[in-house]
Amino acid sequence: MNIKNLALCASAAMVATLFSCKTNPDQGGSKGSSNSSDAVNIVAEGNPEVAEVTGAPNVPAPVGTRGAKKWIVNLETTEIEGIIADSIKYTFWTFNNTVPGSFIRVRVGDEVTLNLKNAANSVLPHNIDLHAVTGPGGGAAATTAAPGKTASFTFKAINPGLYVYHCAAPPVPMHIGNGMYGLILVEPDGGLPKVDKEYYIMQGDFYTKASTKAGLLEFDNDKAVAENPDFVLFNGKKGSMLGANMLEAKVGETVRLYVGNGGPNLTSSFHVIGEIFDNVYLEGGSTVSHNIQTTMIPAGGSAIVEFKCDVPGEYVIVDHSLSRAFNKGAIGKLKVTGDANPKVFKADKVVAE
Amino acid sequence: MKKIKYNLCLVLMVMFFASCSKQGKHTKHEDAGANTNINKLKSISTDVKMAYIPGGEYKPFYGTDTSLVTVAPYLIDERAVTNQEFLEFLKENPQWRKSQVKRIYADTSYLGKWPSDLELPANALPDAPICQVSWFAAKAYAQSVGKRLPSLDEWEFVAMADEVSPNARKKPQYSATIISLYMEKERQYKAVMKSKPNYWGIYNLFDLIWEWTDDFNSILTTSDSRNSQYEDKNLFCAAGATSSTDVLNYAAYMRFALRTTLKANYTIANLGFRCAKDTTISKAN
Repeated sequence: MNIKNLALCASAAMVATLFSCKTNPDQGGSKGSSNSSDAVNIVAEGNPEVAEVTGAPNVPAPVGTRGAKKWIVNLETTEIEGIIADSIKYTFWTFNNTVPGSFIRVRVGDEVTLNLKNAANSVLPHNIDLHAVTGPGGGAAATTAAPGKTASFTFKAINPGLYVYHCAAPPVPMHIGNGMYGLILVEPDGGLPKVDKEYYIMQGDFYTKASTKAGLLEFDNDKAVAENPDFVLFNGKKGSMLGANMLEAKVGETVRLYVGNGGPNLTSSFHVIGEIFDNVYLEGGSTVSHNIQTTMIPAGGSAIVEFKCDVPGEYVIVDHSLSRAFNKGAIGKLKVTGDANPKVFKADKVVAE
Repeated sequence: MKKIKYNLCLVLMVMFFASCSKQGKHTKHEDAGANTNINKLKSISTDVKMAYIPGGEYKPFYGTDTSLVTVAPYLIDERAVTNQEFLEFLKENPQWRKSQVKRIYADTSYLGKWPSDLELPANALPDAPICQVSWFAAKAYAQSVGKRLPSLDEWEFVAMADEVSPNARKKPQYSATIISLYMEKERQYKAVMKSKPNYWGIYNLFDLIWEWTDDFNSILTTSDSRNSQYEDKNLFCAAGATSSTDVLNYAAYMRFALRTTLKANYTIANLGFRCAKDTTISKAN
């Protein structure tokens, strides 16, 4: 018994040493762990340019090795009817007419002027609270816009990471519940390591009831308060990453998923069936963990996950709180094409007795 | 002592003026400081019915103070001011036409869809509520018909009612029903008085437009400026849950959210108004 324990102890120590060996270089190499106060003094060069923003599952081009710059980000808040599942419509509230809203990609030290236009035919006021912003309300007070009005503010990105943004106009659970969230990526100096494929996925929980119009659902306050959603969805629509809309990669390619969780209420247990995440930027921050099966993504939080595609096939993306995947829509697919790799995976033939 | 006497005199004068204007005797001239822009205001007549509201104590939605607010008896229009009525006002009061209004009193989208000064938009119903008018313009209209804008408390007091009771706030369906109405876009183009009136005989409090109130921005003022200036005043994010008296009343949050984004010269596609008036009657007949 004692010998066994000793052996266990020793192997645990070895594992610990291995891990520390592995993580130390990562931390040393991660520019993300630099002090945010240094970033304040980075000078953003040149005249402001309009930043490219994209709807899910696409992301704008990586920042690469460029220096800090000035950007203008234009977002429009809208209230629109869209398809939530099958042929069922829902009144979504959006940034730039998509759920999730446009992906914003900048680097540490960038100066961003955010113009928030509230569509003239909106019923309600809207605003934006970016978790990447250091300052009151993340910009919410400064950007609150009545229907037809535009509000702006300027911020400097001083902390690298993947951040959620959302509307914070009251009642905020309703604005988020209707789809008003998105992601902003702040890359470290020198950019994130290069990968072959990058995708944008955002989970949200939806609480619905019939509206006065046939075939149109609207927000149900009681279900939201009870945290009992009818739909838990990736990218605001059942089947947004299924069939013709599957994410794609080739055998041998590295894939990076920028995953956010808008909520408003549920925490996601994000998992890709048949893959192990080689790297996870935990909670979208600078600590990188390895060999993760399922990563927790809080409401109003994110994670960056990376893996290499070794074996062809269809990989199912789920919230591993599985009733949500099975019954409420939290399911998508990544299709990996290429040559089989029997060294890694081989289905043996069933032998009849 | 002299100073006190002088002050007393001033106060009395102000009171005298105020009582005059309350009785609606100011048919031609009203020149009092901030109102100089409307000193040429011509009165117009309107046949809109007013509902008598006996007032009473009510619990405001906003604020941590749980004490009740007393609302004095008042009269309020049974419906919103219409396109046609506002057109009549503009005919008599050219200074409020879109080509002539001063920018400080109405922003660039004032009467946005009107093709010209005295022409309603092609598809506009004459009896749909007037929208895209500023607080200044609404106030001037009210004055021209011998009325005023309702106070926020007066507006919210009648908004507590459903069709059958004066205070339906505690009914589970109260807020949900209003929210469903709020969700519908572009409903401001419909005619007034096509839906059912509430307990007080008042129409369309929720199903057509947002409405200006005289003190729409009053919750922006807090007694203690050291309070968190962003959270407490604007009900942002979860902060709203700490400063309202009824966290489940999402419909009220939506109204207050809209009001906090307004400035007095703003004009918005779904923002109109109705008028109110003081009354000396203290009990319902």
